[in-house]
Amino acid sequence: MKEIFIDIGRCVGCKSCELACRVEHSRSKNLFAALSESPLPRRRVFVEYGDGKKVPLQCRHCCEAPCVDACISGAMKWDSETNLVVHDREICVGCWMCVMVCPFGVIGREKDSRVAIKCDRCYERDEPACVEACPTGALLFTTLEETEKLRRGRLVKAL
Amino acid sequence: MDVKDRASERSVDTASQIMLREAERQGIDTAWDRLEAQQPQCGFGELGLCCRNCNMGPCRIDPFGEGPDQGVCGATADIIVARNLLRMIAAGAAAHSDHGRDITHALLLTAEGKSGGYEIKDTAKLNALAAEYGIDTEGRNKEEVAGDLARAAYAEFGNQEGPIRFTRRAPSKRVELWRKLGIDPRGVDREIVEAMHRTHIGVDNDYVNLILHGLRTALSDGWGGSTIATELSDVLFGTPKPIKSMANLGVLSSDKVNIIIHGHEPTLSEMIVAAADDADLIALAKEKGANGINIAGICCTGTEVLMRHGTPIAGNFLQQELAIITGAVEAMVVDVQCIMPALPDLAGCFHTKIISTSPKAKFPGATHIEFHEDKAFDIAKEIVKAAVENYPARNAAKVKIPDEKMECMVGFSVEAIVNALGGSLDPLLDAIKSGAVKGVVGIVGCNNPKIQHDYAHLNLVKELIKNDVLVINTGCNAIACAKAGLLLPEAADQAGDGLKAVCRSLGIPPVLHMGSCVDISRILTACAAIANALGVDISDLPVAGAAPEWMSEKAVSIGTYVVASGIYTVLGAVPPVLGSANVTALLTEGAEDLIGAKFAVEVDPFKAAKLILDHIMAKREALGI
Repeated sequence: MKEIFIDIGRCVGCKSCELACRVEHSRSKNLFAALSESPLPRRRVFVEYGDGKKVPLQCRHCCEAPCVDACISGAMKWDSETNLVVHDREICVGCWMCVMVCPFGVIGREKDSRVAIKCDRCYERDEPACVEACPTGALLFTTLEETEKLRRGRLVKAL
Repeated sequence: MDVKDRASERSVDTASQIMLREAERQGIDTAWDRLEAQQPQCGFGELGLCCRNCNMGPCRIDPFGEGPDQGVCGATADIIVARNLLRMIAAGAAAHSDHGRDITHALLLTAEGKSGGYEIKDTAKLNALAAEYGIDTEGRNKEEVAGDLARAAYAEFGNQEGPIRFTRRAPSKRVELWRKLGIDPRGVDREIVEAMHRTHIGVDNDYVNLILHGLRTALSDGWGGSTIATELSDVLFGTPKPIKSMANLGVLSSDKVNIIIHGHEPTLSEMIVAAADDADLIALAKEKGANGINIAGICCTGTEVLMRHGTPIAGNFLQQELAIITGAVEAMVVDVQCIMPALPDLAGCFHTKIISTSPKAKFPGATHIEFHEDKAFDIAKEIVKAAVENYPARNAAKVKIPDEKMECMVGFSVEAIVNALGGSLDPLLDAIKSGAVKGVVGIVGCNNPKIQHDYAHLNLVKELIKNDVLVINTGCNAIACAKAGLLLPEAADQAGDGLKAVCRSLGIPPVLHMGSCVDISRILTACAAIANALGVDISDLPVAGAAPEWMSEKAVSIGTYVVASGIYTVLGAVPPVLGSANVTALLTEGAEDLIGAKFAVEVDPFKAAKLILDHIMAKREALGI
């Protein structure tokens, strides 16, 4: 099973992932046209900066997700088939409990409405838009095993 | 996707498709592959929202309103987009104008007897230009007059107060409007320098003021640097007259030394063409086993000799790499502009020598034989000799020259058009008034791998002539049309009945080749002459401009001076301005009130043709014709 991994240190802070995320979640799926949509599409990935590091963050799709536990309306659910935390905007009440408990701070709000939004890992695409847009390979869509192997390989080289 | 499909998706030109398949077979990357590798391209860049003008940055504005709406200095999307656009215009104007300066330099050296091989070929044009500048010709020899003309043209670059002489070809109403808006250009270099000053951190922060200076800078190119380049080239090398030649990669020879001249300035290509006629060099070629020397052009320098000597043209911008992949090119001789830095690496896969010649344009991996006008012919011979000596290195097993080549009729300078019309513009004006010809559209500009090669060029042209619009073109559009047979009198068959009859009676093609990209100045001169003959402003005419496959900063300057001259212009590729709704609205709507013309963006050539036809019909109605 593939997931989004972050290769910390490779992010140059260009925010291409943020733009691609919004285009993917627009109605037109086109950058130029998306600019004139109302409401404007919102990002689900956030390039954060701190302590000299630039890091792109999005929903980690935790298995025992605090946001799912905290959701009073049942809008936030764990889908065991896809291994994704999914959110149903129709029954979301906008209480922001999920926002308060998410340890990554990656749940936002739909513009001009009281509905939470978060990464859906572009479940309709082969590769998430943010990963495809990343010019440096800071975002990877791969398996846990491949990621471990990559990191072990780096360790070996550094010895 | 199989190889065949990919090649035909990338270009509509059969010769190019053949070479693209060959590239794929050999595992060679071209601009199309590099574009793919660049995907997805940066959205901030596409929208013009990235600013690198100071080191507090780089900054970018979040176009979706979630992130910062100002750079560190406080620059908004409007300021950043307008500054970036102005810098693009300045770069384009600089490129054209520096070309004009080089031609002026060659004319001055020739006048002073210091150039190595040039002569003043068109005395009638020299005298006409001298009269325009108020230079005395009575009882003076042509060198004296040319010296004064060259010095007067030189002075236009450093002119501080204006006006630039050739701007006064425009109708007086147009000049008056420029003065009222404060955009009558004062001097070529001054406007470009001021563009760089205004876009420095903390100078001009009003997007309207920035764009207005963009118009002024572009005007200094169109009616200044570019017109100087065109006119003085005509004096030195002759004003183009209709001439027939051949176009496309099939002009390369299987048994002659093939030399491709690629770039922009005719000072070099003229001399290479002359040197290739040198008996000693032809003898050397035979000694090396070749059957002679074959010169072919790519891009505008090729166009310059195509229209003056009938030198065949091998292709337009996106064919520069494909020409080398034929394996039959001994040397590609380059000067300035639109020469891909990818060439030397690519040439390394073949025996081809890339020979750079300009002190302004060096290419790591190329052979540099510096070209100077004072020893022009001697250096040209040295370059041709280097190519000839490379012929034995050609690997016959690697040679693959497509058969495709097409006859074309080129060289319709304003003077040649007037001549074809029988000595005055009246027959064309009558045809426009009667509606036989609905209007005139200038189609220009580059190739861009984001657009299927030649697709937008050809379909826009065909659609317009079908609707009785006379097309005049330059640069890469003209080469696309040459390859497709649209520059032949017989192409009138593809025109509407009105245009067809006009072309047949005059024996001209429905698409008139006016030259290289600096020769868009010829289109300005023609529009000014038509407007003056009718006693109206250029913005009143049923004319339009289009750049269906544009990519360069020069094209940005061109589009801007065309609009600033009062001509509605349709772009086929989206310019990096959409990050500012205000700048976009100014260019595509507000400009109409300001300057009598505006930009439109339409990537579909059929829809672009519709926009242009609607515009032409509206202008006709306003004129009451």
